[in-house]
Amino acid sequence: MTTVLNVPAAGSLLADAAGSATAHTATGVSAAAVLLIGLPLLGAALLLIGGRRIDVIGHYLGVATVVVAFVLGVAIFLQTIGMDAASRVADVHLFSWMPVASLQADFGLRLDPLSLTFVLLITGVGSLIHIYSVGYMAHDPERRKFFAYLNLFVAAMLLLVLGSSFITLYAGWEGVGLASYLLIGFWSDRPSAATAAKKAFIMNRIGDTGLILAIFLMFKELGTTSFDGVFAGIGALAEQSPGTVTVMALLLLLGACGKSGQVPLQAWLPDAMEGPTPVSALIHAATMVTAGVYLICRANPIFNLTADGRLVVTIIGAVTLLVGSIAGCAKDDIKKVLAYSTVSQIGYMFLAVGLGAGVYALGILHLLTHGFFKAGLFLGGGSVMHSMNDDVDMRHFGGLWRSMPITFWTFTAGYLALIGFPFLSGFYSKDPIIEAAFAAGGAKGYLLGGAALLGAGLTAFYMTRLMIMTFFGEERWMDLRSADGRDYHPHEAPATMTVPMIVLAVGSVGAGAFLAGGERLAHWLQPTLGEFLEPDPPFAPIVITIATLIVVAAGVAVAYLFVGRRPVPVTAPERVSALVRLARADMGGNAINEALVARPSIAVTAALLDVDRVAVDGTITGSGTALTALSGRLRRTQTGFVRSYALSMLGGSFVVVAALLLVRFA
Amino acid sequence: MNPTYYLVLSALLFGIGAVGVLVRRNAIVVFMCVELMLNAVNLSFVTFSRIHGNLDGEVMAFFVMVVAAAEVVVGLAIIMAIFRGRRSASIDDANLLKY
Repeated sequence: MTTVLNVPAAGSLLADAAGSATAHTATGVSAAAVLLIGLPLLGAALLLIGGRRIDVIGHYLGVATVVVAFVLGVAIFLQTIGMDAASRVADVHLFSWMPVASLQADFGLRLDPLSLTFVLLITGVGSLIHIYSVGYMAHDPERRKFFAYLNLFVAAMLLLVLGSSFITLYAGWEGVGLASYLLIGFWSDRPSAATAAKKAFIMNRIGDTGLILAIFLMFKELGTTSFDGVFAGIGALAEQSPGTVTVMALLLLLGACGKSGQVPLQAWLPDAMEGPTPVSALIHAATMVTAGVYLICRANPIFNLTADGRLVVTIIGAVTLLVGSIAGCAKDDIKKVLAYSTVSQIGYMFLAVGLGAGVYALGILHLLTHGFFKAGLFLGGGSVMHSMNDDVDMRHFGGLWRSMPITFWTFTAGYLALIGFPFLSGFYSKDPIIEAAFAAGGAKGYLLGGAALLGAGLTAFYMTRLMIMTFFGEERWMDLRSADGRDYHPHEAPATMTVPMIVLAVGSVGAGAFLAGGERLAHWLQPTLGEFLEPDPPFAPIVITIATLIVVAAGVAVAYLFVGRRPVPVTAPERVSALVRLARADMGGNAINEALVARPSIAVTAALLDVDRVAVDGTITGSGTALTALSGRLRRTQTGFVRSYALSMLGGSFVVVAALLLVRFA
Repeated sequence: MNPTYYLVLSALLFGIGAVGVLVRRNAIVVFMCVELMLNAVNLSFVTFSRIHGNLDGEVMAFFVMVVAAAEVVVGLAIIMAIFRGRRSASIDDANLLKY
């Protein structure tokens, strides 16, 4: 395997030059890390080039490449965990990418605990969702293309987390953006899907601008874009001009907000649910939207140096977790509730990573547990849709627990993990974030902690509402027909779909306890993220835990009182309070975008268009018209009468002679 | 005899020729007027040759005669062709090549 790879000694030279003794050249199975990216990329290429001839085996090929990548990821992980903590950071230098004057960008991979954690998450959850998609997309004529895009996504996402410089990261960053666009708009014959895909692409572009500007700033100030180089020089830069580092951090944050659907760039994520449900589970819940959290964790040496930058991260996290959870309370579309839940949970992750040195690991912990339970919830939601003629309106569901028991139980596991039920995943990851928020100190700590606590209660409310409306209560679908005029026949999904759901449910239950137990994950991530420091909140942790549980129980109880004890109307009530109207309107997210960005942009475009038409076009066509008119006049002198030509020749001769004489005798 | 008289005669002939070209319609007459202008020029060439006492002007006059003879051949052929086509020798009728 290693023979196909080009692993020169330059990797270690690079690390030495950057002053970092920790990164060494990867050896053994780690040297084959390029295959992690190469296999899914090869799969995508084969599936796209192969065309309809390989429709029959397309999905097996798609699944196989990702599963093999997962096995390879596990092998690299096992090799790395066998080493002592100091030597767990390895580089795979592949080739010199852009050797232009002072810009020396190398294409290399960085294998460290942080990237390996993501590799396992992406390929692991990715494998499960690929398997699920075999069943979910079985009736779609374009299934092969779907798997090609899904493989492309996995390859790009792995490049994003494995790249050893910000430019490589950016390449992956744009790759996942492209895959996301292609997959949201997969059913491009639906206008809503095409629009949602464009919306996601454009809003991501705004964030990407921030990221690329941050990279430009790094190159201008530090002359390099590699992780080693930037992190080695950032300390000196912070002493010279702290403002530059803050600007860099805020630009990185803008990129992170775009990709992760954080306020003010959150509006694309709920619309992205127009894509097939496995896409929502993999890209818009478990992996791609957490890239923002990865970026901030990866750039932790930058964020460690700027308290202002970290404060903005925490504020965005706190605001987003509230906006997301409030909007989730009023939606009737099962996927949109889960999407807003994702927005809100990533808000928790931002809050955690914004709290700075020592608690980055909490953000990653929540990211991993969220990857399990949210992917599981989306797959469960997809299973429900699959059996309900692709209907997504929860008001048409009800009492489904009888007809689809596996979906119900796996969904319940995800639900309990998400609301933070004791000893399930979410409990171990969300509770420490709330503690860490309170530990931020002073009024800031109370505000952030209060927001996190309130968010936990709202999460319990909207998820309980979703559970009750979908799985309990009357079977409202009995008297209804779906939009295409068919009766509903709820049924359990095939094994390719239920098995991934069961695996993810197991993860939802156990991953938190496993990863948080003995601070296992925090120790593992220590080489990348620094030492984990236990947060020190103003109350005893047990008090905060109990308070959280009380708030969660209150959320569940309120949901039961308002939704569970009275019949659910089949159409959404019109007469509702202003808050519900606001939540239904996506907390004004679209209206704000429209008013602040879209309208002014359109006005500027229209003005520029007028300038172009009047000034530029006017000058060009005006001079053209004038010349045409002039030559039209001049043409009239060509009368066709020989005698008039003779006269003009004679006149001309007289003029010439007169001029000569004038010059001579003047 | 004063050579200036020859020059005056030459200018007179040239003027008659030029006016003839401009005012007459019959192609043959116009053509003859052109010849008149050429010969007026020839006359002035020869006169200048005499004034300056060298042969340059006379050589030039021979050239003009040769060219004029060639021109007559081509010109008359064109006039004949047009006359056959349109039964008219008026140069104002042949005005198709215009804007």
